[in-house]
Amino acid sequence: MYPSRFRYEAPRTLGEAISLLRDGGEDAKVLAGGQSLVPLMKLRFASPSLLVDINNIGGLGYHRRDPDGTIRVGALCRHADLERSDLLKASQPTMAAAAPLIADPIVRNRGTLVGSLCHADPQGDWAAVILALGGSVVAEGPAGRRAIPMAGFVTGPFQNALRHDEIAVEAVIPAPAGTPAGGYLKLERRVGDFATVGVAVAIETSGGVVSRAGIALTGVGAATIGAAEAAAALTGQPLSEETIAAAARLAAAAAQPRTDHRGSAEYKRHMVGVFVRRILSRVNGSGAGAGAAGQERAA
Amino acid sequence: MTMVYEDRGDQAPGDVPLRRIRFTINGQKKIAEVEPRLLLAHLIRRGVGLTGTHMGCDTTSCGACTVLVDGTAVKSCTMLAVQADGREITTVEGLAGPSELHPLQEGFRAEHGLQCGFCTPGMMMAAKALLDANPDPTEEDVRWALSGNLCRCTGYQNIVKSVLWAAGKLRSQAAG
Repeated sequence: MYPSRFRYEAPRTLGEAISLLRDGGEDAKVLAGGQSLVPLMKLRFASPSLLVDINNIGGLGYHRRDPDGTIRVGALCRHADLERSDLLKASQPTMAAAAPLIADPIVRNRGTLVGSLCHADPQGDWAAVILALGGSVVAEGPAGRRAIPMAGFVTGPFQNALRHDEIAVEAVIPAPAGTPAGGYLKLERRVGDFATVGVAVAIETSGGVVSRAGIALTGVGAATIGAAEAAAALTGQPLSEETIAAAARLAAAAAQPRTDHRGSAEYKRHMVGVFVRRILSRVNGSGAGAGAAGQERAA
Repeated sequence: MTMVYEDRGDQAPGDVPLRRIRFTINGQKKIAEVEPRLLLAHLIRRGVGLTGTHMGCDTTSCGACTVLVDGTAVKSCTMLAVQADGREITTVEGLAGPSELHPLQEGFRAEHGLQCGFCTPGMMMAAKALLDANPDPTEEDVRWALSGNLCRCTGYQNIVKSVLWAAGKLRSQAAG
């Protein structure tokens, strides 16, 4: 399969890339890892007239932690970089848990976190993780930079809040006030499939209580779901069997699953509760800072 | 080297966007003129004529088209040929020496790591990337590294054994 014909530009600077997008109009697309866009173009679901490849722009492959604890992930930071990251293992357990579960190992070598967020697939894993963490996407355009909170970044299936002349240059995870803990669990039929159920839990603990909580779900609705009531049930409370059970119940209630070839709605809803309980129980059992990661395979 | 492009009748031949790129494939330097929508897999198979790289699913799922680009395993059906400009590509044909098989190829023969053989080039290239980074992998490491490659015949057991066999051979070569 071939994509339809397009003009290809591979600028060396962000400024050039933004100029190309400004002149290219609504029909231009940015190419980063290409692991979603290229298949879409081959299937002719996307037929951009102009493709602006940002892979030759230097200085976008980073992920780093600012002195205040803010984590920044550049537009060309690959999933594999995050999977191997000692920085995430030491300081951001939810992201560290999710990175090895994105797609498959070869796709992770090319695909990017920021690109996944922009692609805005309702089944995407990173959107749930970044939403649970209260993160944002930094867009750069002709007028400069602006931060778009993740909660408002995805505007619909495969649609985001970027203007046509803006490039998402980094994802930002705010500095934690307490000790970060949490995890990401994903039920998938096989490696590389979309999540049947994905659950991201990101909490901070301080003085024995949960000072901040975020829970987000993927695969169980038409969009990524922020389970705000489940998170609220944890906030200000110590982690205990009771608070964990309450969060699990509320997260399951927030899911809007549909029965399909990946499983029944009832099963998916049940698994949301199981995953919330599993992640939080592991955190509770091993002290704050612990992460829970894993793939669970459906029979 | 000639590439032939589809004529939809709506553009003059001179209006078809073409890019001249240079790249190295299995140690040989090449220059090619490509339409930007040409996929790397097509450049390798039809342009260079190396048909060891297989196209399986064409949807980034099966990994049969896996090659190394600057040492990193990528699915060549999901990368544009034009993006290979300035890069070094290794395909399955680049594994063997002039007179002997690569230990991965020996391993697949010794451990019966293939039946129909269609997925084999991708399996070997994914395994090559693993062994370059981790010469002494566990069975779990091998299974994890190959989890982006699908095989429809063997049930994977012998593929994993083949890669572990190759790892052992490479280590003994390095030690010897």
